[in-house]
Amino acid sequence: MSIEIAFLTIFILSIFVGFEVVSKVSTILHTPLMSGANAIHGVILVGAIIVTGHADNNLELVLGLFAIVLATINMVGGFVVTDRMLELFKSKKSNKVGEKK
Amino acid sequence: MTPAWSQLANLGAALAFILALKALSSPKTARLGNRIGAVGAIAAVAIVFFSESNLKHLTLILVAVAIGTIVGFVAAKRVQMTQMPQMVALFNGVGGGAAMAVSSIEFLKSGTTDGFIALFATVFTVVIGSISFTGSIVTFLKLQELMTSRPVVLPFGRFITIGTAIATLVMSVYLMISPENWALWTLVGLSLVMGILFVLPVGGADVPIVISLLNAFTGLSVAASGYVLDNVLLLVAGTLVGASGTLLTQLMAKAMGRPLTSTLFGAFTARATTATTSAVDRPVKSAGPTDIAIMLAYASKVIIVPGYGLAVAQAQQSLRELVDLLISKGVEVEYAIHPVAGRMPGHMNVLLAEADVPYEQLKEMDEINSEFASATVAVVVGANDVVNPAARTDKTSPIFGMPILNADQAEQVVFMKRSMRPGFAGVENELLFNDKTTLLFGDAKDSLSKVVSAVKSM
Repeated sequence: MSIEIAFLTIFILSIFVGFEVVSKVSTILHTPLMSGANAIHGVILVGAIIVTGHADNNLELVLGLFAIVLATINMVGGFVVTDRMLELFKSKKSNKVGEKK
Repeated sequence: MTPAWSQLANLGAALAFILALKALSSPKTARLGNRIGAVGAIAAVAIVFFSESNLKHLTLILVAVAIGTIVGFVAAKRVQMTQMPQMVALFNGVGGGAAMAVSSIEFLKSGTTDGFIALFATVFTVVIGSISFTGSIVTFLKLQELMTSRPVVLPFGRFITIGTAIATLVMSVYLMISPENWALWTLVGLSLVMGILFVLPVGGADVPIVISLLNAFTGLSVAASGYVLDNVLLLVAGTLVGASGTLLTQLMAKAMGRPLTSTLFGAFTARATTATTSAVDRPVKSAGPTDIAIMLAYASKVIIVPGYGLAVAQAQQSLRELVDLLISKGVEVEYAIHPVAGRMPGHMNVLLAEADVPYEQLKEMDEINSEFASATVAVVVGANDVVNPAARTDKTSPIFGMPILNADQAEQVVFMKRSMRPGFAGVENELLFNDKTTLLFGDAKDSLSKVVSAVKSM
């Protein structure tokens, strides 16, 4: 199997998985889910580190470091802000349990 | 080729992302899911330092990661929950910018020797990543109210947009046939402009859908950069976000009753929404806090419709105080939560959870809409568009078709508003001029605490 076909296979299977995993999300979780998915594409940081590590001139280096800073903001900020949102949902749930006791 | 152990580790990270998205779809597991995703991402980054042989500029890379970590962490910790949608937009935009930069560098290194598919993937990342970058920044500016939240229509806007789109397309094809550096930079420039033109004509109410869509865009551009870099993890993670983001965008559009196409192609068909300023002079009925207090205390059933204005005034606590007081007086009180109350689907739930409002009192739109007819008073606090009957009747209105809360069916309606200024979508609300409507002007927190003390002294 050529590398192109392998990538195409993975791509198409990933589309189906992506659709499947969020298909039953409730409305109240739309915002946290979007924010969490947003954090996940922060893994472009991996790509940014690879290209910067092999930069041969200043233009590539500067552009690469710029990409690293942006990607890290995306990843770290994304996960932290999602956690803050979900923390609120959790405290609400524990209150509810507390009242029922 | 990267070593086998690192490929297996990347498979683990990819699985973590799938589990994370799955867990994020259910309230019980959502927080855990987000953490699984974070662990997967951190692991993936740690792996690359060991699996990639002879990485240069290590110190600079680590410094850049440190800067990004600090900026991202502080921004995410400091942001107020009311401003969270624009924060997500901004985080998404920088991700798109990063994907665009990564593919550009890879092109500079090996573009001329790349095959057709790799060039296509590069062009895709550059165009979509750039659109996501500038588009998200414009979205941020709109939500932060650093610029108008109404649709902006440039003179000859449609022709400029179509012209730029064609130029972008032509340049994309040119770059694939003849990979030259100047062509890449031109394409980057055109795509950056395209991102701005794409979001400018989008009206306030559609902005959340655009954030979600741009999120899916960034995911896809990350996936394409995975192909460019021969990195399976980027391909899988990007595709997951692209696919789930597209579905989420559709779900959101459906919840808001907005046809996705009209949002997407707004840039090509947009016409300026004419704000009817003439209506401002029309008579309205306003009252003082004491009148409202009497009305509420003697009601049998009150439905609260909270909106973004409540959150801005930080009045969630005062509102909860009023509701607790009314309940202790034997009034039946419930909150009616519109799917897009606040700025994004689910945003109001987050904001009210912050004020410890019991979950059982929050009712979703479908659940509560039939109950308005039996309510004595509907109290609309800092909301406007979500109770605007024009969405049901006025075909020319920009919010036509959006499902609304039937506050107009209650016996009486109270609006707590700062002014007669129209809501986020920039449309006049007929309900304000209705006979059964009473207005209480002022800051939501101020008004609510005045009503609270008036009820107490009764």
